[in-house]
Amino acid sequence: MQTDMTRRSFLKKSSLVIAASAFSSPLNLFNASSAKSASELPFKPHAFLEIAPDDTITVWVGQTNLGQGTHTGIPMVIADELDAAWEKVQVKMALAAEPFKDPQWHAQLTGGSSSIRHRWDLLRKVGAAARQMLVEAAAEKWGIPAGKCVTRDGKVLNPDGRSLTFGQLAEAAGKRPVPTDPPLKEPQDYRIIGTQRRRFDIPDKVMGKTVFGFDFTTPGMCIAVVARPPRYGASLQSYDAEAAMAVKGVIKVVPLEDRVAVCAVTTYGAMRGRNALDIKWSDGFRPDLNDETIDALFKAHLDEPGAVAKNSGDVSKALAGASQTLEQSYKLPYISHAQVEPINCTAHVEKERCRIWVPTQGQSATQLTASTLTGLPLEKVEVMTLPAGGGFGLRGEQDPVVDSVLLSKALNRPVKVIWTREDDFANDRFRPANQCRIKAGLDKDGQLIAWSHKVAAPSVMSRLMPQAVENGIDPDAVSGIMDMPYSLPNLYVNYVMVNLPITVGWWRSVGYSVNVFAVESFMDELAHAAGKDPVQFRLDHMEKGSSPYNVLSLVAEKGGWNTPVASGRARGVAVTSCFESFAAHIAEVSVGKTGGIIVHKMVCALDCGTAVYPDAIRAQAESGVIMGLSTAFHEKVSFSNGGVKTANYNEYPVLTMSEVPEIDVHIAKNNLKAGGIGEPVFPSVAPAVANAVFKATGVRLRELPFQRDLLIKG
Amino acid sequence: MFTLTVNGMKKQVDAALETPLLWVLRDNLGITSVKYTCGIAECGICTVLINGEAQRSCVVTIEDVQGSDITTIEGLPENHPVKVAWIEKQVPQCGYCQPGIILQTVDFLSRVSNPTEAQINDALDNVICRCGSHPRIKEAIKLASEMTAKQGG
Repeated sequence: MQTDMTRRSFLKKSSLVIAASAFSSPLNLFNASSAKSASELPFKPHAFLEIAPDDTITVWVGQTNLGQGTHTGIPMVIADELDAAWEKVQVKMALAAEPFKDPQWHAQLTGGSSSIRHRWDLLRKVGAAARQMLVEAAAEKWGIPAGKCVTRDGKVLNPDGRSLTFGQLAEAAGKRPVPTDPPLKEPQDYRIIGTQRRRFDIPDKVMGKTVFGFDFTTPGMCIAVVARPPRYGASLQSYDAEAAMAVKGVIKVVPLEDRVAVCAVTTYGAMRGRNALDIKWSDGFRPDLNDETIDALFKAHLDEPGAVAKNSGDVSKALAGASQTLEQSYKLPYISHAQVEPINCTAHVEKERCRIWVPTQGQSATQLTASTLTGLPLEKVEVMTLPAGGGFGLRGEQDPVVDSVLLSKALNRPVKVIWTREDDFANDRFRPANQCRIKAGLDKDGQLIAWSHKVAAPSVMSRLMPQAVENGIDPDAVSGIMDMPYSLPNLYVNYVMVNLPITVGWWRSVGYSVNVFAVESFMDELAHAAGKDPVQFRLDHMEKGSSPYNVLSLVAEKGGWNTPVASGRARGVAVTSCFESFAAHIAEVSVGKTGGIIVHKMVCALDCGTAVYPDAIRAQAESGVIMGLSTAFHEKVSFSNGGVKTANYNEYPVLTMSEVPEIDVHIAKNNLKAGGIGEPVFPSVAPAVANAVFKATGVRLRELPFQRDLLIKG
Repeated sequence: MFTLTVNGMKKQVDAALETPLLWVLRDNLGITSVKYTCGIAECGICTVLINGEAQRSCVVTIEDVQGSDITTIEGLPENHPVKVAWIEKQVPQCGYCQPGIILQTVDFLSRVSNPTEAQINDALDNVICRCGSHPRIKEAIKLASEMTAKQGG
């Protein structure tokens, strides 16, 4: 993956270069082929697509490579509409720039399973427009109508048997106007979308050649390790700079507000230098915070009035008239991203520009942060996005950007800030913990007539996008409840915001990640109370033929729901709809006498619209199962004395090989707009397992991670 | 100055004897395919081969490896069956953990040439992959084992 694209490198003679502005409506594509300098273009000159005379096709991607396959999936969409020869296609990571901003969110970021979902039309139009320009160029050369030409595998074909390659046509095509509304393919004509391809980034990753942010180096660079408050709100009282300076390799100790940076010529030197600081900190905001007090605090919040997020129908009346009501509480802990590559960022602040090399999920945010700190205009901040060793929502956070920019200014040289694993756990922006109470009513036929749901949880949006929080409602904190895939005549949702100094952030599938566990567990409890089959009970509350109905039916069929299960095993099901996709899981488990749960098999059905890159989708679905099981069985961050207690993976186990079940993924076939993938494959995993455990044992697990002592017999 | 043998080449290193091998490889020799993740030998991601045996370079000092042959991912040929299988099965997602896991697999397959599912689970149970590439790691190990058997036979 190249990250060194400069403003000049793609502006070569004789190429066809198509760029886009995501800010125009309708979408504007520009011909950047003949531009000799940046100033000749109507926007910062970054291309989507370049077709070179040697037939090489380069697709620039503005999305972060987190291993999710986007860096192959995006070129697949463009190349298909272009009718490119796939073996001529290469991908490059683009600089942060206007054209790569999300067309809906108006910021360049990688999250919310949006990379293709929000660019489905845009990417296809880029390929289709270039194709039409190449066809018109060929038609003019041959003196025939464009309609007589066809394209295939990187060539324009003349009905008389002649052909010209895209590279041969690039210069002439580059002189033509970009069509505003090029015709798009019918799905049956796709030749690349929906096919098996190999990810561009895998060979380098296998050979150890990929340069992640943590590995980045540039001449003159030093490395900084920053001592950050060990407890929320703790301030610096004293530290021993001389002791740190005495460590081999340390070149400077720099205080930064509530933290101290130790800069060294080696990473190890910087780490040892920080250890030598002997810092004294104050107690912080809330020294009383620990696992027990936090638990009690959430519980108490559930008794506060809260804010009404939804009130459709008349829940009180419906509950009063129900022939059966059910009430239960669920609980989820704070959890960590625990991505394997620790947080890092390299910055080099100069007089006229600031360069940043960072495995970020938030390019626009990074640009803004550096611009604010340096006083340089946004366009003077160049953000080079490096491949990330996992992200899961954490890597849009700006902490390492702030520190690397401040330190580069202070030292007048490039500075790479790295976090140790302990820094990563102590300073993570956790998935919010959550406690909720749900009450629902069934009528005499066992139909669900009312659902009342109260959630106590911290708010991510209050910190990251405060404008999205209205009337005390963080939309993420109630997602998965407000829009559960069931038709409910009476639904009441109440949210109590828990304000603690523990910082929370976006974590894979965001609100759905948390709330779907409660919703889908409770649906199972209701099915049981109604004396109905858990799949049928759910289907009974969905519109027949709707996407959730179909994906649930698909998982039931593929998971053999109506067939006998092996002796000693039981199945459980859960379904979710989020990020414009639909997913369902069936778990097949057995439970030992000492409470050990074995997950033998997970069947996943996914409807994500057009399945652009099926192998990457399967990889994400496998990932969703494994991360889902990891949160179900193991993950919980502990707190003590007002700070994070969990320090490393030995205190935060994640799922390992022997616990990974057989995973069977089924992708629904349809031609609809591409939906999200990375997020939707996660939420229904943990509830499917909990529901299977109930089927096996009669014991409900209403807390994550599972409290397996509840399952010990006798 | 200190001499290390890495991928068959002798390297001069200016570092204290108690420095972990991980940091000497990364900081002094620029071999950044050896990854830092936990620093406490918990995750296995910094694994290298020392005389053919998988070891966690974050807790091995350079004093410990005097006179030993150290192999990093670059020391395996590009057509090594484990590397070929890893690409064939499209194993990596983010890929950060993979060099360490590949090296641990090379050590494992050198001892157990035709492993069962249970042996794979056992041998790879102490490494962390956060993305969840485990099912493909299993498939790739089986494929690498088959390819090695064919080459050997």
